[in-house]
Amino acid sequence: MKTVFKKPHALTDTPFHYCPGCTHGIIHRLVAEALDELGLEGDAIGVAPVGCAYNNYEYFNCDVQQAAHGRAPAVATGIKRVHPGKIVFTYQGDGDLAAIGTAEIVHAAARGERITTVFVNNAIYGMTSGQMAPTTLLGQVTSTSPTGRKPELHGYPINICEMLATLDAPVYIERVASNSVKNINSAKRAIKKAFEIQRAGLGYTIVEVLSTCPTNWGMSPIESMKWLEENMIKRYPLGVFRDRTAEAKASAAAGAGVGAGNGAGAEAGAAGGASAAAVAGNGAGAEAARAGQEARNG
Amino acid sequence: MAERLLMKGNEVIAEAAIRAGCRHYFGYPITPQTEIAHYMAKKMPEIGGTFIQAESEVAAINMVYGAAGAGARAMTSSSSPGISLKQEGLSYMACAELPAVIVNIMRCGPGLGGIMAAQADYFQAVKGGGHGDYHLVVLAPNSVQELYELTVEAFNIADRYRVVAMILGDGMLGQMMEAVQFKDSEDIRKCDKGWATTGTGLERPHNVITSIDTVPERLEAVNNRLQARYRDIAANETRVEAINCEGADIIITAFGTVSRIIKNVIADAEKEGVRVGLIRPITLWPFPSQAIRDYSAGAKAVLSVELNAGQMVEDVMIALAGAKPVYFLGRTGGMAPTQLEIVGKIKDILGRAS
Ligand SMILES: Cc1ncc(C[n+]2csc(CCOP(=O)(O)OP(=O)(O)O)c2C)c(N)n1
Ligand code: SF4
Ligand SMILES: [Mg+2]
Repeated sequence: MKTVFKKPHALTDTPFHYCPGCTHGIIHRLVAEALDELGLEGDAIGVAPVGCAYNNYEYFNCDVQQAAHGRAPAVATGIKRVHPGKIVFTYQGDGDLAAIGTAEIVHAAARGERITTVFVNNAIYGMTSGQMAPTTLLGQVTSTSPTGRKPELHGYPINICEMLATLDAPVYIERVASNSVKNINSAKRAIKKAFEIQRAGLGYTIVEVLSTCPTNWGMSPIESMKWLEENMIKRYPLGVFRDRTAEAKASAAAGAGVGAGNGAGAEAGAAGGASAAAVAGNGAGAEAARAGQEARNG
Repeated sequence: MAERLLMKGNEVIAEAAIRAGCRHYFGYPITPQTEIAHYMAKKMPEIGGTFIQAESEVAAINMVYGAAGAGARAMTSSSSPGISLKQEGLSYMACAELPAVIVNIMRCGPGLGGIMAAQADYFQAVKGGGHGDYHLVVLAPNSVQELYELTVEAFNIADRYRVVAMILGDGMLGQMMEAVQFKDSEDIRKCDKGWATTGTGLERPHNVITSIDTVPERLEAVNNRLQARYRDIAANETRVEAINCEGADIIITAFGTVSRIIKNVIADAEKEGVRVGLIRPITLWPFPSQAIRDYSAGAKAVLSVELNAGQMVEDVMIALAGAKPVYFLGRTGGMAPTQLEIVGKIKDILGRAS
């Protein structure tokens, strides 16, 4: 008999508790497949958030620490400094990372902690039944923006990748989505790449995964996928906002020290990176960032 | 024999932590404890350790959470306002059963208050501080030598019971220079940490550090386990110093810095024909209730002297359960009672009691 489909080893046998059609399950699977394929499960230490994925340690077979709301990057920092050779990753929702945990994510990224963040952006607080998140789109109805998010009342959504791409230290920042086979494949490639960069000790990596919350969006799973495609991607363009893998490798090889942010080479590259990222952040798309990146790499 | 050095209190705490095997320190600057961070920033890189100046006290305590959960001896230090910010993390650590050491070099509050010595964080330290049913082990040194010994002991107790141990000092103690003698490393007792997240290596089931359990029966079992451990700690780790208590007319209870003044009060009162005893709790939690009952059995009254508006006095009253009249003398805002003030209060009380 030929096995055509198999659960990744890095996932336990426990069935997911997520709502039908929720893409948290898909993203768990991608993380687990990446760990499997890179042979990293035994070296991995995850940090679980406060949010619907609070108990992802029921599903991940690797060691996991559960963190207080928003504090996962600080917890991961503590772990990584004790075990610099292990693969430490945080898995965080948009309320966890972009609201209460903003300070922790910005500073972990700014320090160039050699950890990986899987950032699950579903534009809402899922676990607490659908309140407005910093990432909630303009006009989006939530239980705390019942007539839709209004800029004069609630301000504007926060684009985390673009914001972190203004920092010098991060080595790899990419936004992907979980709503189609093509996007899911791309998401897996990105997560794998982030882990590879961490394994090489190069610096901070974050992959933002646009995700759905059918339950609190009040849509069917299929409508949710469509809504993500048509609305979220407009506000949160997919693509690479930072990739300094090559520079970081070069400066590591030259013994220039920890992370990309510390080497003289990285510093020289930083100005270009920041301006390219700023262009991307203005909605011109990640292509601009990638072009700027390539120009500097070349 | 070990060397004898003249050192500042805060630096001794840092040196003691390093000697106790702590290689991971996370902190955020605040007076009057900053010398701890300065010392760590200089020493840790020299010995392959980690010093991180975190973005906030909130982040610092969560870095301690991560490092402790990863199996390391980890520590943070701060002063009153910063300790308030760490309470969330401390509550999580209590439930996740993570051992670590936290230092509070108290200043006076409430609010931003002032940087002078005070003991107004007693309640916060011994009654939990954060949410939920938990305790820190709270050690209250009153000399630089004790800062060293109790810091080492704090790491031992933390590891042995998987709890957070707090060193509760104040600005006076932290800034004071005194002779200190470091002992040998037999003081250091390390424990096996098979529960830590170190990576499974695909050789064992995964380890999970968590403080959440949504099943009431299971969460009650967690609470019962914590409470049983707290009872063990109370039975094994309660520390107290008693001076001059036999035949004393009055017993003074005092901890930390202010207890040093009482030693002079004993001499002053002696000259006036009054015998004063001192009971100095060294562990504030577990509180030495039995010792307070025993040592004050023959006295007419008990007086609690504190640098706050009356906090430990409540635990003294609970310990005595009405067996003795209990009085209080305290100053706040960075002020300390003078010997004269305390002797006056004693005469006043004994006048009333006789
Ligand atoms: C300190 C604190 N504040 C608030 C909460 C309540 N809370 C739990 S999950 C959550 C929001 C989670 O949203 P998100 O991070 O977007 O995750 P999702 O559930 O959408 O995956 C909040 C506010 C908490 N647990 N702790
Ligand atoms: S509430 Fe939303 S995010 Fe949470 S499991 Fe359900 S669909 Fe997923
Ligand atoms: Mg969310």
